[in-house]
Amino acid sequence: MERRTFLTTGAIAAAAATAGLATPAAAQGKKAVIGVSIPSATHGFMGGLNWHAQETIKRLKATYPNLDFVLATAGAVGKQVNDIEDMMATRNIDALVVLPFESEPLTSPVKAVKDAGKWVTVVDRGLSQPGIEDLYVAGDNVAFGRVAGEYFKANLKSGAKIVVLRGIPTTLDNERVEAFQAAIKGSGIEIIDMQHGNWNRDKAFAVMQDYLSKHKKIDAVWAADDDMALGVMEAIAQAGRQKEMWIVGGAGMKEIIKRVMDKDPQIPVDVSYTPAQISTALEVTALRFVSDTPVYGRFIIGSTLITPENAAQFYFPNSPF
Amino acid sequence: MSDAAARPSPALRLPSLSALGPLLALILLVLLGAYLNDNFLSAGNITNVLARSAFIGMIAVGMTFVITSGGLDLSVGSMAAFIAGVMILAMNALLPTMGVGVPLILVGMGVALGVGLLAGLGNGLLVTRAGIEPFIVTLGTMGIFRSLVTWLADGGTISLDFAVRQLYRPVYYSGLLGIAWPILVFAAVAIAGQVAMRHTRFGRYCEAIGSNDKVALYSAVNVERIRLLTYVLLGLLVGLATIMYVPRLGSASGSTGMLWELEAIAAVIIGGTALKGGYGRVWGTVVGVLILSLIDNILILADLVSPYLNGAIQGVIIVLAVVLQRGKSSA
Repeated sequence: MERRTFLTTGAIAAAAATAGLATPAAAQGKKAVIGVSIPSATHGFMGGLNWHAQETIKRLKATYPNLDFVLATAGAVGKQVNDIEDMMATRNIDALVVLPFESEPLTSPVKAVKDAGKWVTVVDRGLSQPGIEDLYVAGDNVAFGRVAGEYFKANLKSGAKIVVLRGIPTTLDNERVEAFQAAIKGSGIEIIDMQHGNWNRDKAFAVMQDYLSKHKKIDAVWAADDDMALGVMEAIAQAGRQKEMWIVGGAGMKEIIKRVMDKDPQIPVDVSYTPAQISTALEVTALRFVSDTPVYGRFIIGSTLITPENAAQFYFPNSPF
Repeated sequence: MSDAAARPSPALRLPSLSALGPLLALILLVLLGAYLNDNFLSAGNITNVLARSAFIGMIAVGMTFVITSGGLDLSVGSMAAFIAGVMILAMNALLPTMGVGVPLILVGMGVALGVGLLAGLGNGLLVTRAGIEPFIVTLGTMGIFRSLVTWLADGGTISLDFAVRQLYRPVYYSGLLGIAWPILVFAAVAIAGQVAMRHTRFGRYCEAIGSNDKVALYSAVNVERIRLLTYVLLGLLVGLATIMYVPRLGSASGSTGMLWELEAIAAVIIGGTALKGGYGRVWGTVVGVLILSLIDNILILADLVSPYLNGAIQGVIIVLAVVLQRGKSSA
């Protein structure tokens, strides 16, 4: 059922945004319209992000009757630019909450929104020109790598051998890996291999299989993503080497959080990088229109270590992620 | 085209150098791998690589027939993801009534083959009856299948029930006489494909249609039906590949089967099948699949270059394999 409502609301939002069916906000009295433009749900993390966005919009609409939202999801950069232009042209939005598909191409379209005197909230991926957005909400990629690295440093002896699976080659991935390397510096832990798993379960499975035939001794794996961690686990199980190594993933997928809660020795902890950051962005942006609370600035959501003790607060069994 | 002309060679002549090109490339790769890493030829590594190749392999064998008859299918990767999603949902839904057991898994397999058949039939009918370019039809269905699986998964991942998974798991991980099931099934598909291409009317008609469909039509070949059959066959093989794929990770998501279509097409072309149709070589496709997965394996085992450059090395070897094979025949 949820799926169906998702489809209809999505379709209505898209139709409204693209076809210009909506009446201008001015005609509806003082209702403030907040445009939300995010990438579509093509993989686990974005699926979670879409879910959190819809849930939050539903909640905010119910709480603040003078707020209206236009949600558009885009599968490519070009589509996202079109979405934003359509929101400006046909919905007369008062604010834009945007998670840029890519920083460079989205910078000038978002700047145009800002120049038209609208409020701009940027989520997760920054724009390539500073000072455009009024509010910036993001996860902490440096902490994401550092927290994982610190756990490795605290739980492995000097001389321990670990392997790393990186994401898709991006600056975000670089930030994480550099922070991880910095955190284990001086511990005597040796990274014996590092390859790209592209945040993909199948690819991570294959890469881990190759690691296992290449290296006789592996003490731990930094999979740097929960989807990849699941592929890695399967490869280790196939080789029958579950007892030799543990895995740290990242992001906060519900299946992984469940394992942490259940004290699975193979997945001792996880590092948060929550798709619910879109909710933070929406809530804080809403405050700008319903109260006098100052909300300008940067809101960086910490990446924390998820342990069996605190796992419950990161567990969203209804989310698809 | 020159390949096609060279094919009906006298029975006792040795295969030409051009036909051996991909095989040579494969042997070179194996030697390189063995030289770079001691574990390369270990039973474990060989099993991993072969079992991993099996999905793309089965799909590529079907793709060989589609391309040989002058068609193309860009939708197979998305189709595999969609079939996997439907199959898992069906098994999860039937679980309360059927219970965990072999019948449930057989029903799941039936669903996979059925959905594969229908998907292939859809592509085939749009190409033959509606007369739309295969590139456009399958580009369209590629997007449709990919969106459908994302929608079914609600943007996340569709996971098979844990108990069913435990029972189903051996289909990927176990085997007969130490050879994993995916490898055995892939081998059977490859042999059947080779026989069908070389020794049946269906294979000959595929080549005839790909070579010149007008001439084939005037020679009383039912062009539309053969074309339709190639898409249905490919759909069935995608279903079969999915049957072997699902027990591996027990899940399907929007990123399942990403770029499989390109890998399958690349394998077919590396193997010596003409992209414009008219000439197909199933055993070459098998070699092409092995080349593709070995490159990946060697790059990770060997630490030769920065991981950023893996894609470039793969590209160079793919082009080289085709050059080795075409060099002679185009001269």
